[in-house]
Amino acid sequence: MAERNSPLGGAADRLAAVAAATGGAVTVAEVPFLTQLNVRTRPSGDVNVLQLGPDEWLVVGSSASAVGAAVDVSAQRTTVAVGGSRVLDLLAMGCAIDLHPRVFRVGDCAQTTLAHAPVIIWRRETEFWILVRSSFAAHLADWIVDAAQEFTAGD
Amino acid sequence: MMLIPCPWCGPRDESEFHYGGQAGVAYPADPDALSDEEWARYLFFRDNPKGPFRERWSHSAGCRRWFSLVRDTVTNEVLR
Repeated sequence: MAERNSPLGGAADRLAAVAAATGGAVTVAEVPFLTQLNVRTRPSGDVNVLQLGPDEWLVVGSSASAVGAAVDVSAQRTTVAVGGSRVLDLLAMGCAIDLHPRVFRVGDCAQTTLAHAPVIIWRRETEFWILVRSSFAAHLADWIVDAAQEFTAGD
Repeated sequence: MMLIPCPWCGPRDESEFHYGGQAGVAYPADPDALSDEEWARYLFFRDNPKGPFRERWSHSAGCRRWFSLVRDTVTNEVLR
């Protein structure tokens, strides 16, 4: 069995140290090896995308119009979970869109840039998941660690 | 920094977009019939108005979709 290396596997210690340095104001951790399926289709007219369950989707339409593609892009990105009481302040340093819960609710996602890196930002119950391309992951991790210094406990 | 209204994602910073130039430049119906000058005019010549200008934008850092809008080239105000 081949050994799997996640894009931020080598940065785990530095990311974990952020929580200690900021007194929990910012927490960071990689969520590696998530499965990601990209589905492209046109859910309009007689084409519908049905959520059959929490992990299953079905694209339904007449044969002429139900054109689409499903691609496994799991290896394209890794996921960085960021949380803590100051997480909105942290993300605001590198992201122009409004992530306030009044506008960007639990379950919402947006494709945008964070610290100039193309990302998908996804608000979960207690934290944000940042889906970032593997080649940008180290840059983003460095940026988060650096940006979190502002919230170092005692400052 | 302009705030550009993407029809799918809402208002986003200009830095998330790529500019696509003038909108509505039709491909010639019969390119073989064009003279070199007419072909060059199709390829390289664009309107450059002072005021409302209909143009193409691509939300390259977001939904990656192309769309058109009308921008006032004097004020950068997006008119529609």
